Amino acid sequence: MAVTLAAVGDVTRRRFAAMGRPALVASAVVAGALAVLAIIGPWIAPYDPDATDVLSSGQGPSARHLLGTDSLGRDILSRALAGARLSFAGPAVIVLISTVLGTALAIFSAWHGGWVDRMANRFLNVMFSVPGILVAVLSSAVFGAGFWAPVLALGVVYTPYMARAVRSVAIRERHQGYVESLQLAGMSSWRIGFRHLAPNVMPIVVAQGTYGFGTALADFAAVSFIGLGVQPPQAEWGVMVSDGRSELLDGALQQSLVAGTLIVVTVIAFNVLGAQLSTRSGGRR
Amino acid sequence: MKNSAPRREATSRNGTVRRFVTTILGAVATILAASLVIFAGLSVAPGDPVAQLLGAKATDQARANLRQDLGLDDPFLERYWHWLTGALHGDFGVSLTSRQDVTALIGPRLATTFLLVAMAALLVVLLGIGLGVIGGVGARGRAVVSALVGLGIAVPSFVAANALIGVFAVKLGWFPTYGSGDGFADRIWHLTLPAVALSIGYGAYVSQLTSAAVAEESEKEYVVTARGRGVPSGIVLRHHTLRNAIMPVLTASGLAVAGLVAGTVVVEQIFAIDGIGALLIRSITSKDYPVVTAVSLIIVIVFVLVTTVIDLIQVALDPRERAKS
Repeated sequence: MAVTLAAVGDVTRRRFAAMGRPALVASAVVAGALAVLAIIGPWIAPYDPDATDVLSSGQGPSARHLLGTDSLGRDILSRALAGARLSFAGPAVIVLISTVLGTALAIFSAWHGGWVDRMANRFLNVMFSVPGILVAVLSSAVFGAGFWAPVLALGVVYTPYMARAVRSVAIRERHQGYVESLQLAGMSSWRIGFRHLAPNVMPIVVAQGTYGFGTALADFAAVSFIGLGVQPPQAEWGVMVSDGRSELLDGALQQSLVAGTLIVVTVIAFNVLGAQLSTRSGGRR
Repeated sequence: MKNSAPRREATSRNGTVRRFVTTILGAVATILAASLVIFAGLSVAPGDPVAQLLGAKATDQARANLRQDLGLDDPFLERYWHWLTGALHGDFGVSLTSRQDVTALIGPRLATTFLLVAMAALLVVLLGIGLGVIGGVGARGRAVVSALVGLGIAVPSFVAANALIGVFAVKLGWFPTYGSGDGFADRIWHLTLPAVALSIGYGAYVSQLTSAAVAEESEKEYVVTARGRGVPSGIVLRHHTLRNAIMPVLTASGLAVAGLVAGTVVVEQIFAIDGIGALLIRSITSKDYPVVTAVSLIIVIVFVLVTTVIDLIQVALDPRERAKS
């Protein structure tokens, strides 16, 4: 089951990967630019993203407000720029957690092989069959709505994807001559694992992490959108789409459009970049 | 030599039975484990059910009695066992906010959610397989379908939902902006935009997989030979290519349906549809944990059921899967 589920992602990835070098450069530029924006966004925002101004609410794009204002008169451009930080911080932590857990699990099970590997594999299969959005939402129920509850939950939910990607490479590396030489030289398994195996699986980790970042960003924004993640009035893209939802009824599309487009462009950029990196990393093709 | 064929037949049948049994046992174990995790998680969540049910003015005696009745002071495993045996009999306890039976709250909403999922699943299968075949057969179609799919996968349902509401409900006025409707036709009308929003991502996945499977199959020798011998391309497609490409397509469609069930949690919220997804979010916000526990468990069960059925179909149809046991 898990294999087939992941295979669906693989096919998409192959398609993206087949697009070649221009796609690599373009996606790297867009993803990089967005990442820079996430860091400096709050500083270059022309207005205070939380400052309301009832007199100029619900305006279209103008010279004063390049992307218009929302129903509370807040500058949409400023909220989009400031919101980039939380929108990126969420998936960044999710990817970090899943990378640490997934890589450790993969290297550990590949190292020991046999029944350890089989048990780990079965455990991963069960984890694959857990719907991520449900776990994130329940985590908010237990730990309270906010940034951390969904982020921690999604970090765990994304772990099997990372573990599966790393495991195949780790098993291959495990049987390379250098590992045996180091063992014969008396080096401890921990040291070999940390100093030699881990660096050699790095390329696939980076590729999978990049790919997962896009999906994680969409999932995190979804939880914020339904009101269990980042809490308004804090600016975040999912929160903005949610704020834009009520403005739609008055025919004001800007806020939904701006935040929605940012999410879609970011997901595409990271998906394509991740696929490109994964073909170049010597992992699964 | 004479004996080998029947024996192989027998072991293969044994293999099938064993795969069936282990798959079903695995599904039951997954559901039980999930129920334990959900129950444990929510029993440590903040909130006091007694205060919620009785309000702030209740006497200490009334509180103590209710605690006793709800079994709140029993050991954890005893409470879990009590809840589990109740759940197996269709009794999920009482809602802390509406004081109704949880089962009575869920019943009608489950029907709404299933209708939504059924409509979305229909769209996913029709669009996914239709686009997938177009993308898998010709080079020109492939480029267009690839672009559509790349976009479709990247558009989250809640972003798509806003765009659909903005265009088709507010600007054009073709569909209602929210609500679940009364009567069958009205319901379908209300659930159309939500179903479309829900199906975009999974439709893209299914068409991606279909086009890859069809393309892979079209390059195989037997298909090339058939075409070379002058068999009309429509017949080659229907009788050979599609028949052999069906397995991955079936799997992807099944997984998509499983995903749709979880996806209703987000989409029902957007369109204010009174299904179990919206009920889950509402109950989380109001700390109505008996409802949260029941709805999450139902979603997990449906999810595991669907994935298990796909597994079993795979084992039944594909002899290579049987060998894996």
